[in-house]
Amino acid sequence: MAEAARETWITGIGIVSCLGEGPAIHWQRLNEAPPQPEMQAFAPYIVHPLAPIELDKQIPKKGDQRQMEAWQRIGTYAAGLALDSAGAKGNADLLTRMDMIVAAGGGERDEAVDAAVLSGLSRTERPGAFLNERLMGDLRPTLFLAQLSNLLAGNISIVHGVTGSSRTFMGEESAGVDAVRIARARIAAGQSDIALVGGAYNGERRELLLLFAFAGHALKNRFAPVWERAADGGGLALGSLGAFLVLEAREHAEARNAKPLARLTAVLSGRSDRRGGSTAALAHMWQDLADRLTPERLAVISGASGAEPATGAEREWLATIPDIPVRATGTYLGHGLEPQFPMNIALATLALGHETLFPPGDSSGVEREMRGGVDQIVVTGVGHWQGEGMALVERVR
Amino acid sequence: MTSSRNGAGEPVAVTGIGVVTSLGVGIADNWQKLTSGQSGIRRITRFPTDALRTTIAGTVDFVPVDPFSSADLTERLADMAAEQAVGQAAIGAKGDFPGPLFVAVAPIEIEWHHREIVRADVQSNSDVTYDDLLRATASGRFRPLHERLMMGSVAWHLADRFGTKGSPVSLSTACASGATAIQLGVEAIRRGDADVALCIGTDGSVNPESLIRFSLLSALSTANDPPEAAAKPFSKNRDGFVMAEGAAALVLESLDHAKARGASILGVIEGCGEMADSFHRTRSSPDGKPIIGCMRNAITDAGVIPDDIDYINPHGTGTSENDKMEHLGVATLFGERAKTIPISSNKSMIGHTLSAAGAVEAVFTLLTLEHQRLPPTINYKIPDPAIPLDVVPNVARDAKVRHALSNSFGFGGQNVSLVIGREPM
Repeated sequence: MAEAARETWITGIGIVSCLGEGPAIHWQRLNEAPPQPEMQAFAPYIVHPLAPIELDKQIPKKGDQRQMEAWQRIGTYAAGLALDSAGAKGNADLLTRMDMIVAAGGGERDEAVDAAVLSGLSRTERPGAFLNERLMGDLRPTLFLAQLSNLLAGNISIVHGVTGSSRTFMGEESAGVDAVRIARARIAAGQSDIALVGGAYNGERRELLLLFAFAGHALKNRFAPVWERAADGGGLALGSLGAFLVLEAREHAEARNAKPLARLTAVLSGRSDRRGGSTAALAHMWQDLADRLTPERLAVISGASGAEPATGAEREWLATIPDIPVRATGTYLGHGLEPQFPMNIALATLALGHETLFPPGDSSGVEREMRGGVDQIVVTGVGHWQGEGMALVERVR
Repeated sequence: MTSSRNGAGEPVAVTGIGVVTSLGVGIADNWQKLTSGQSGIRRITRFPTDALRTTIAGTVDFVPVDPFSSADLTERLADMAAEQAVGQAAIGAKGDFPGPLFVAVAPIEIEWHHREIVRADVQSNSDVTYDDLLRATASGRFRPLHERLMMGSVAWHLADRFGTKGSPVSLSTACASGATAIQLGVEAIRRGDADVALCIGTDGSVNPESLIRFSLLSALSTANDPPEAAAKPFSKNRDGFVMAEGAAALVLESLDHAKARGASILGVIEGCGEMADSFHRTRSSPDGKPIIGCMRNAITDAGVIPDDIDYINPHGTGTSENDKMEHLGVATLFGERAKTIPISSNKSMIGHTLSAAGAVEAVFTLLTLEHQRLPPTINYKIPDPAIPLDVVPNVARDAKVRHALSNSFGFGGQNVSLVIGREPM
């Protein structure tokens, strides 16, 4: 504790979303293309489906692909991209020492089985016995392994050989924030040298839509940028995404000649009061970072989901820092809960590499043109129902 | 980070513990039953068991949850265990625990009774689909289900109730989860992020679908009669684990902090070890290397050597695969001593408490150290000649225990070991 905290570099990023795979296409689409949400497939609900990916490139064995459901394939694929990006793929010495924290949901369902069982339950006189018979007969044994939250990490170990340690955090957006926070804290304190951290989400699932529809959080009927949804009551558009980062102690990266894509200077997470507390929580976190910030070359990449009141609370806080340019990626990518924060750190890394932001994506006044370049990006992540997170990502000169 | 001892991490004090299992509520009741060789495994009465191969479990039936919901029971059990632990530690004001929360919890899911509640609102007599359920949400009547079914809900509710600090971490490493919660607390304290942490493992998963999932993987014992004889770790006729419920909570504290406030120190977490297995989703690497590496890492982190370990609280599930592999790991790491180190499975009595197991068994290991008495492995009638271990067969006995190793292994290649000891002199 007496020794100075070690510098943490981001030495690899792996991203997939509705925009495509990898940094180049993400940057290009964020700069050139308007959001293209899917309006029909889950109508009236709006989602951002995963762009086609060639699974074989990162998950070479068909047997492995078959053992996973979509969210695990997305994550295992993105993790592979991150390891490639960090120059760590296939390096057994490195991978057996590499720590891993995955932020995961889970519970992928067989919609057809659920619907058939539910239909039958209403007609039988012995519902308990009926449920047992049908589940014993209809559930695929391996589906369980696709439902367990920790089996994304398990699949990454199997497919890519990351085995130093393996932890899975759950709990929606906060899981992503805390995964990055704790991975970084361990590196800074010397408990870890290199870590793979991130998550994945399959936004094309009706039973997940149901979860958010319960509370009226699932966006439907009319698409608008995240800052412009409050008038219709707000809402998040589920997005399929996978995002992994390789975090590494600077000295460890230098020893293996790995280049920094950016520096991860700080990660903060919070638990504010239920209602409206996010505004104050963000202000406190910003204050904690304040003496490290250079406002002239600073921007915010927001994880705003569009859900209310969370998005309104963040908007209120942003109004207190009017001179800092802001971009919300949720407008383009949709909202993927657990991986949203790692994804936005990856996109911040990308922007720092280009020393600029992509163009504004809303007309409500939150996002404005950027003047000059950018050396620091503060990434926010306000959970759609709970929790706040903030990270400071910096350009390494 | 303070590395006071040669390559090892700082020991972290335990100043409060709480536990609920199918045996009962609290330390005294559980310890008395555990050391008298009682089983908490019983016939399932919570739901019909027609068509099931396994009809027994270590359910916690004395905590009423109506209508039954695994999410609700999971939260209730954690709450009870935490109440005991925080009370014993006598730290902070009520509802103002001065440190972070790490909760090992089974993934929260929409349960069948939730789907049925929504279906009852569907205006149709024909087959229902998810689209029908989605339409039924328009009424807004199901709003509370959103929060209940968030993965983070159990931890957030506990954080609200106990006033823990910062963002509460919900985690899963399958059947190693409880040990991972403790490991995260130990690391946070060693980093100096916190002086004290509340670490919980909780599981209330005995519902039809969860039971059937394990059953379809052929992981569960089907020796339903009599229920209390079903869990037979390390026996030749072992035929699977028995699902069970429970929770345990530990207040962890830096030694300095505990001493400075004059807290009574129940024991110390001396070391944590981890190593993931990349072999298979449900099976261990045949060479046992990850298990061996995991135990070795914990022992190294504790600043001791294998010869210093006096007792092992094994994962000991009673599945053919686990017990064979765990024996291989222990035999490789401990050599000739493997035959004589006592190694007794709490799961023979309380079943496999899944996400809670690592925490529950850490608490029982602390009690083993405190009382210098080894709980038995019950139902040990037919020894497996391929697993020559001293399993403390059937009857508890006294022993001198300074350092104990507690193992937790889970699906997805998750392996965590803890070395637990007495307060350093």
